[in-house]
Amino acid sequence: MNFGVIVFPGANCDRDIAYILRDILGQPTRMVWHEESDLSELDVIVVPGGFSYGDYLRCGAIAQFSPAMRATVDHAKQGKQVMGICNGFQVLTEMGLLPGALVRNRDLHFVCDRTPVRVERTDLPWTQGYSPGHIITLPIAHGEGCYFAEADTIKSLEDNNQILFRYCDALGEVNEAANPNGSLNNIAGICNQAGNVLGMMPHPERAADKALGNTDGLALFQGLLQTAMAAV
Amino acid sequence: MTQSADVQSYQAKVYVTLRPSVLDPAGTAVRSGLSHMGHDNVSKVRIGKYIEVDLTAQSKVSAQEQLDKICDQLLANPVIENYCVEVFEAA
Repeated sequence: MNFGVIVFPGANCDRDIAYILRDILGQPTRMVWHEESDLSELDVIVVPGGFSYGDYLRCGAIAQFSPAMRATVDHAKQGKQVMGICNGFQVLTEMGLLPGALVRNRDLHFVCDRTPVRVERTDLPWTQGYSPGHIITLPIAHGEGCYFAEADTIKSLEDNNQILFRYCDALGEVNEAANPNGSLNNIAGICNQAGNVLGMMPHPERAADKALGNTDGLALFQGLLQTAMAAV
Repeated sequence: MTQSADVQSYQAKVYVTLRPSVLDPAGTAVRSGLSHMGHDNVSKVRIGKYIEVDLTAQSKVSAQEQLDKICDQLLANPVIENYCVEVFEAA
């Protein structure tokens, strides 16, 4: 499976994800500079975490106009997979590939922690490595991770099962106390209606190497690869 | 871009505000600070952005139209923000 990782000025999780894809999973992985526009050979495009273009104006706002992101829109339109993590999720909402927006955390703090997350749906490549209701622990690190959308958008996300990950407590209960940033409906990660575009605030790539003591994020990438194997 | 005789310089003042349905924790924190200062009569603070844009255009109307596009596409995120634009002829 050919992976591409978009590198913006200010991206800082690009090498972390490339390490997981290339070194842990053995997949061909290319770093894509934001000025590149031919991404046609890629199967999966990853928009990594960080602070693209300094997060000036709004997080992810300026990145959407880069040639690489314009090519990413075409990639997504073809039904190919796009994954945005943290700042990448913010970029995907800013450009409209995913609904809603990520705003300042409820308590204004930059949250750097590990949080339980419940896997809500497992019939997509992104989550088929998990079982339904699976509670995993993933790192989060963001100041603007509070998911917001108007009530009708939230309803359509719920009705179409587009919410893939929700913040929960250790027992899997989804409640306000287990919500680290004030996200509506405890949303930690969503997909588009077709299911080929994923955005999530938690960092699965920081929980995919045994050396770091937590591999709860690895099944996400393994699930993706299963799809590719099945398609061959 | 060189300025030809038939274009005019304009300055725009762009105000970007959070939509009423979006919580503003920063504004709430400022209101709390004002309360600590003794300004108990301040009931609400909402924080937005003020942006100045200098541009040239054929007319004030075309400047306004261009600024609306600029705001819709970049300066404001319509999911969470409203904006208003005031256009002035530059001196």
